[in-house]
Amino acid sequence: MRTGGTATIDRHGLDLLIAALAEAGFDTKGPVVREGAIMPGAIRTSADLPVGVRDAQGPGHYRLEHSGDDRLFDWAVGPGSWNAEFFPPSQELWRSTSTGDITSHARPGPGSTRPLAIVGARPCELAALAVLDRVLLDGAVTDPDYAARRADAFVMVAECGTPAATCFCTSMGTGPAATGGFDLALTELDGGGQRYVVRVGSDRGAAFLEGVPHAGAVPTDLTARDRRLASAAAAIVRTVNSDRVAGLLADSIDHPHWDEIAERCLACGNCTMVCPTCFCSDVSDTTDLTGEVRRDRTWSSCFDLDHSYLHGGSVRVSVSSRYRQWLTHKLSTWWDQFDTSGCVGCGRCVAWCPVGIDLTEEVAVITADDGRAGPASGPLPATESESVSESGSAGGTP
Amino acid sequence: MLAETAAAVRGRPPLGPEPLEPVPHRVVGCRKETDDVTTLSLESLSGATPTFAPGQFNMLTAYGVGEAAISVSSSRREAGALRHTVRDVGPVSAALCRARLGDVVGVRGPFGKSWGVGEADLATGDVVVVAGGIGLAPLRGAIDELVHRPDADGGRVFVLTGARDPSQLIFGDDLEAWGRAGAVVAVTVDTAPRGWTGHVGLVTSLLGGIDCDPGTTTALICGPEIMMRFTAKALVDRGIDPRRIKLSMERNMQCGLGWCGHCQLGPYLLCRDGPVLPYGGDVARLMTERER
Ligand SMILES: Cc1cc2nc3c(=O)[nH]c(=O)nc-3n(C[C@H](O)[C@H](O)[C@H](O)COP(=O)(O)OP(=O)(O)OC[C@H]3O[C@@H](n4cnc5c(N)ncnc54)[C@H](O)[C@@H]3O)c2cc1C
Ligand code: SF4
Ligand code: SF4
Ligand code: FES
Repeated sequence: MRTGGTATIDRHGLDLLIAALAEAGFDTKGPVVREGAIMPGAIRTSADLPVGVRDAQGPGHYRLEHSGDDRLFDWAVGPGSWNAEFFPPSQELWRSTSTGDITSHARPGPGSTRPLAIVGARPCELAALAVLDRVLLDGAVTDPDYAARRADAFVMVAECGTPAATCFCTSMGTGPAATGGFDLALTELDGGGQRYVVRVGSDRGAAFLEGVPHAGAVPTDLTARDRRLASAAAAIVRTVNSDRVAGLLADSIDHPHWDEIAERCLACGNCTMVCPTCFCSDVSDTTDLTGEVRRDRTWSSCFDLDHSYLHGGSVRVSVSSRYRQWLTHKLSTWWDQFDTSGCVGCGRCVAWCPVGIDLTEEVAVITADDGRAGPASGPLPATESESVSESGSAGGTP
Repeated sequence: MLAETAAAVRGRPPLGPEPLEPVPHRVVGCRKETDDVTTLSLESLSGATPTFAPGQFNMLTAYGVGEAAISVSSSRREAGALRHTVRDVGPVSAALCRARLGDVVGVRGPFGKSWGVGEADLATGDVVVVAGGIGLAPLRGAIDELVHRPDADGGRVFVLTGARDPSQLIFGDDLEAWGRAGAVVAVTVDTAPRGWTGHVGLVTSLLGGIDCDPGTTTALICGPEIMMRFTAKALVDRGIDPRRIKLSMERNMQCGLGWCGHCQLGPYLLCRDGPVLPYGGDVARLMTERER
């Protein structure tokens, strides 16, 4: 088996694969149902995955439903993403050693010495990790803890067969198929047969696949996979014109619609907390009664007033300017800064906004009256999936 | 293969240095410039002084209090300790200003883009330096090199600086020395006590009094954003190429490494792409957009 090769495995094979990863020393994690949402968590077998679970999502709406079947990957994304495993929400960087010498430091380092194996990351989540890599690995200075966690992680991606109404990966070129950044890619085939097409993305992936019972993928398997992914792509209702949106937003800094959004936006920062590419952080020092000094790095949000604090006051005081900073950064200035989009189209910020602000819709309004060939994004006319998912209450804080 | 893979994943490569860990430096000089501005001279405990270019900054740690972005205020012509000139405006800067001889302060850096002194476009021609208040600190090393340019081909240096009142003026000795070295030095204050015989008015009001050659002039400006905007506009009105007007821009900074996101100004991460940026191009526009 080589990189690019394909095979099929059944559910038993998947269990053996997870066991082999654990046996080889990996910390095996995958999507699990926790407190009513699909979140990254520890797994020992495929039974720990969201078996027979669907997610219904819409602006300000996220709810899990039970289908009664035993499919593993018929959901889109939950509020938590794999970015937090590599770039943790809070991280101690160093502390003074207890000898009382503030200049002599101890570092906790990247934490667990066991590398991570992810079973069932989404294609858009891999794309989000690639975006974070641009920031934390590819600049002038590399984040050593992130690099260490990232270097040896094993990634098994689960390609998407059942997108949510909030997804727009097709616009951003990040899904529903995975194009790279994985060791193995799984596609759950239609029906109750519990069979998966596996694509090999690395030598390491091939080695693990060869260690478990697998069969060659016959042409009908591959057609079934393609059909599944094509129907997923066709089910996606939201769009962003990723070719034009960066330029259009850069030219729309004075658009009156920013103020209109600000009348709805609570500046709660939920969108930034669920976004898998948001990297803003605070660096803070504290000292305890013994005189020990430590430095921490903690996720922060551009919606916080303090984010832009300068002596004498914050630069971005109005909610309008803070929402504009967030949206223009994601879709426009990220390109200037890191030569990539800052948005992978996962739809989390749409679902987890308590007031249901929909980035694709706001972009459509802001870029619409520009006169250059129509809006740069927006939801398509409501489809059945969307009208179903929009019934129900707001999701609340993740 | 599986056994090899398993073995390979168990051993992680050793970590490199932690980029957010400062290098301890000893305070070997403290000089009170005004009631709230202090210059610290710092020497690495390990003896190694990093090279820097004027306009770059360091993240200084007051251990247990926090970090702040502070420009290097030494000149590369001065041997030895690294200077930083700090204005006490909050917890970190206050702790730095309280430092005494022998105290230890952390240093990370230097970071960011410099004024470009020593590079070709500043080797000759007139240079107009405009500073407001503590804004003279990041310019000090630049001016010191400019007034001693070996082969300036007739290019002159104009130093225009302003402060709220005479007690807030910094680097008086340096201003005199630069004047003696041939620079045209002009000082103004916003408000003057009785007995002040110098100029009174905003620093932009000094521009009318200089006869720089717009065709060869490069301008270096540092001060409050509004002051930089008006100064840059006035210089453009005099025919100076906006791309040859350089500003040192300021935003909140937490890392200096391009990781924390706080220093964004539109397309720029100021710790990486700045702090010195040309006024021409999009900075002129960014400065007029509200709350960027
Ligand atoms: C590139 C650059 C160079 C600078 N050079 C100097 C200098 O040479 N001398 C000097 O006195 N000051 C300089 N400053 C400003 C200095 O960084 C702030 O005054 C300092 O961070 C204030 O921190 P504080 O804790 O004392 O006060 P507070 O105002 O309470 O600050 C709290 C936090 O807000 C942030 N912050 C507040 N004000 C600023 C600011 N103006 N710029 C960036 N972050 C800020 C910091 O993260 C700080 O830790 C420079 C700023 C930048 C961006
Ligand atoms: S901006 Fe929204 S849709 Fe885009 S990556 Fe972030 S959370 Fe996902
Ligand atoms: S989640 Fe919604 S309300 Fe909260 S800051 Fe983001 S856009 Fe505003
Ligand atoms: S100071 Fe952190 S990104 Fe610039």
